[in-house]
Amino acid sequence: MIKLLIVIVVVLGVIAIAQLAKVYELTAKLRNAREENISQRENKMNATLLLVFMFALYAFVIWHFIKYGDGGLPDSASLHGQDLDALLNFNWVIIIAVFFLTNTLLFYFAYKYYHRPDRKAYYFPHNNKLELIWTVIPAVVLAVIIIYGLRVWNDVTDEASEDAIVIELYSKQFDWTARYGGMNDLDGLGDTDYNLVSGTNPLGIITKQNIADKYAELDEQVKELEHKIEHEKDIMSDRKLGELTDKLEHLKRHRSRVFDIRERSNNNEYTYADDDILVKGEFHIPKGKEVLFIFRSQDVIHSAYMPHFRAQMNTVPGMTTQFKMVPIISTDSMRIKLDDPSFNYVLLCNKICGAAHFNMQMDIVVDEYEDYKKWLEEQGAPAEEADATTETAKEEESTAGEDKPADELAEN
Amino acid sequence: MATASHEHNAHHDDHHEHHHEENFISKYIFSQDHKMISKQFLVTAIFMAIVAMMMSVIFRMQLGWPGEKFGFVEALLGDRWGEDGILDKNMYLALVTIHGTIMVFFVLTGGLSGTFSNLLIPFQCGARDMASGFLNMLSYWFFFASSVIMLGSLFLETGPASGGWTIYPPLSALPQAMPGSGAGMTWWLVSMALFVASALLGGLNYIVTVLNLRTKGMKMTRLPLTIWAFFVTAILGVLSFPVLFACVLLLIFDRSMGTSFYLSDINIGGEALDQTGGSPILFQHLFWFLGHPEVYIVLLPALGISSEIISTNSRKPIFGYRAMIGSILAIGFLSFIVWGHHMFVTGMNPFLGAVFVFTTLLIAIPSAVKVFNYITTIWKGNIVYTPAMLFSVGLVSTFITGGVTGIILADSALDINVHDTYFVVAHFHIVMGMSAIFGMFAGVYHWFPRMYGRMMNTKLGFAHFWTTIVCAYGVFFPMHFIGLAGAPRRYYEYTQFPMFDHVADLNVVVSVFAIVGAIAQGIFLFNFFYSVFRGQKAPQNPWKSNTLEWTAPVEHIHGNWPGAIPEVHRWPYDYSKPGKEEDFIPQTVPLEEGEEDH
Repeated sequence: MIKLLIVIVVVLGVIAIAQLAKVYELTAKLRNAREENISQRENKMNATLLLVFMFALYAFVIWHFIKYGDGGLPDSASLHGQDLDALLNFNWVIIIAVFFLTNTLLFYFAYKYYHRPDRKAYYFPHNNKLELIWTVIPAVVLAVIIIYGLRVWNDVTDEASEDAIVIELYSKQFDWTARYGGMNDLDGLGDTDYNLVSGTNPLGIITKQNIADKYAELDEQVKELEHKIEHEKDIMSDRKLGELTDKLEHLKRHRSRVFDIRERSNNNEYTYADDDILVKGEFHIPKGKEVLFIFRSQDVIHSAYMPHFRAQMNTVPGMTTQFKMVPIISTDSMRIKLDDPSFNYVLLCNKICGAAHFNMQMDIVVDEYEDYKKWLEEQGAPAEEADATTETAKEEESTAGEDKPADELAEN
Repeated sequence: MATASHEHNAHHDDHHEHHHEENFISKYIFSQDHKMISKQFLVTAIFMAIVAMMMSVIFRMQLGWPGEKFGFVEALLGDRWGEDGILDKNMYLALVTIHGTIMVFFVLTGGLSGTFSNLLIPFQCGARDMASGFLNMLSYWFFFASSVIMLGSLFLETGPASGGWTIYPPLSALPQAMPGSGAGMTWWLVSMALFVASALLGGLNYIVTVLNLRTKGMKMTRLPLTIWAFFVTAILGVLSFPVLFACVLLLIFDRSMGTSFYLSDINIGGEALDQTGGSPILFQHLFWFLGHPEVYIVLLPALGISSEIISTNSRKPIFGYRAMIGSILAIGFLSFIVWGHHMFVTGMNPFLGAVFVFTTLLIAIPSAVKVFNYITTIWKGNIVYTPAMLFSVGLVSTFITGGVTGIILADSALDINVHDTYFVVAHFHIVMGMSAIFGMFAGVYHWFPRMYGRMMNTKLGFAHFWTTIVCAYGVFFPMHFIGLAGAPRRYYEYTQFPMFDHVADLNVVVSVFAIVGAIAQGIFLFNFFYSVFRGQKAPQNPWKSNTLEWTAPVEHIHGNWPGAIPEVHRWPYDYSKPGKEEDFIPQTVPLEEGEEDH
């Protein structure tokens, strides 16, 4: 079937080329003229087509604005988003005006002044006054745009208030985890270290227990590998032996880094990480309260994009980034507003991060403050339920990504 | 200066008389003649453009009709990357990456500058050849080797590089992160290193030639705007490509030697990497320090070409010659201090962001000056619609349409919500992709007689222009609205999100236009290659142009002019000068008594 298709395409291609050649030779003859001499009829035709094209382009543009102009995203669900939308609309007014003005001048002149043998072009090499006008006017307009834009930018990137709710969003290929500081708001989020990341501690949170577990895990791996090398080195290829030795060295270095964390932690109980709450799949934020997101990434750069809230920030391995916002429309109100009971706010990944980049998402639920509190309590309180969440999260992990689960990869 | 070039000419004439017959290899393959090298660049770029365009057709099929099976996808990509006619997810990213890389570097940098700087700098400055023919030849062959390696990477077992053409680490640094970051990325990096060498050899040559080998009377203020644009472009390239080289080199170190320039605190595949203390953001700073001037390296030659063509075919001097030079210089300078606008959402210091907003929006001023000057040039002209002129008018339109949306992207606050969405894709494809490619088409139609001594078919040129501009807007304009709906770029499909359902039909519109537009390029390809062999013989000066290249014989000869190099007496834009019978006065015609130089 495919071969047949290829044959058909080739045959059609040959026919097309033959036809083009015929047209080529015929037009050359028909015009009975030199290619460089554009006839008056051709000039007029192209000039008219340019004008027609302009109107067609305008129709196309206007159709887009009517059909999709407001359908893109619903009203901003965050406070700063309203300012951004107002700024955007202000910019649109200027942009649309400039677009229509300059394109119209261009195409209209292009139409009006097509070549006629009896005319001579107007010799007009320069005019400093005109140059000054169209340097100063754009400069003034841009100054307004810059000042307005930067005022909004300063508000958006301003320091978060002291009592903002801090939530960590943690990215890895290809899912998100949200972390809350727990019911004891005062102690905030626990510290983390990428060396501690493991199946049971996906965010690398530092607690005495996690350090001990990771150390034991690495220690066991080191011993296992040493044992293997010791006993099998005579029957292994040199290459394999080299690989295993490298791996062993790597594991030892990792182990020593974990050891350092343990040493450092001697003076620190790291208790405030004990009540941290991890959630996957969906996370909740309260309406009307300032939320400060802290972003971290485990492997590559991702970008936390929440289009309904006009919020975006890259998550960069090795550093933390942040973004603050105040949600103002609860999920329920938005569902009513859009008349869509299945509507959900989403967090999606907006920086290319691998094969499943297109499906790295998490739902966001905006609750009234009381409901949010209740939800958070449910997440934090009963131990079994928390375990259950981690369990499902793990399951999701192994099914969602197409790659092998982390542990398996490590063993290979 | 004048004496120096005079002596040089004398030397060259001398050399010219004694030159021996060239054999096939030195004439067609390892040629040191700028005219042949320019043709080599052009044909290589056309081939690369076909490859990159085919790639875009394949991924547009996936985006327009996700999950649909297409026999030809399997036929082209095989079982491995197109099983059952469905494009593989990793291959999708690879196609997007290589499409971008080829179009930006190989077509619009190597192809555009390589072709027209090579052809026109010696011709329009009045030089026998480039300052160094040998370096010029090396420049092409580095470009060729780089192209071969880039195309070769398509056949690797793990696929070509697929982290996006911006190859941000850690994604591009870690083979564990995606298959394309293995051997594919190594090939990409090697290819780019060679490309940088090519760009530098070319650029140095262009700069030296423009500064030192202008003919007698060719003051800098009598240079055609094409040469000014190529000159500034070459300076941008020479200053910024080494930074890309450094950037690529550090990435090679990180990948192969365990350094941590760009890597820190990474845990991937269940393994905590040793690297710590580096910053992925450092890479972005280095990359965009090239990456933004690169936009103007692509755009300025196209603007230079269109300035020349619009003036010639409007039979009218370019309006504001000095303002045009000023704006080229201003754009060139500003392009070096705006790179941060690609990084507003990387967690960069907001104050630094504000500085980049300011510098970026400043670029709109020289750009606006250029647009108004183009429009004023057309005003009260007597416009001859050659295909080249049509493409130049198209260029001004796409430059406007793509340029105005830049105002939104340059505004850091607004960038938050459109960063990395299809809005960006729409913006840069129109303002940089379409404008530059229109400039390239215009250049080919205009200087084809100069390159091959034959004419291209005008009727087919018209057909090519009209299908291309309609499809260009049809493909890229709807993308603004896909982006405003929040749809990110580089997504394999959008069906995972109900919120993007209502732009699904826009994606179909885009894909249909993309396919039709790609097929329409067949008209150009046919016209080009058929005319090389069968086109009408070109006359001396087909477009009645003033510039020096049309004073040289139609048949290419070694050294460009048979006798002495013509002397220049006036600027290149004396079209329809009052009181003159002809509507053009070539630069070689001496000023009459009492006549003012522009």
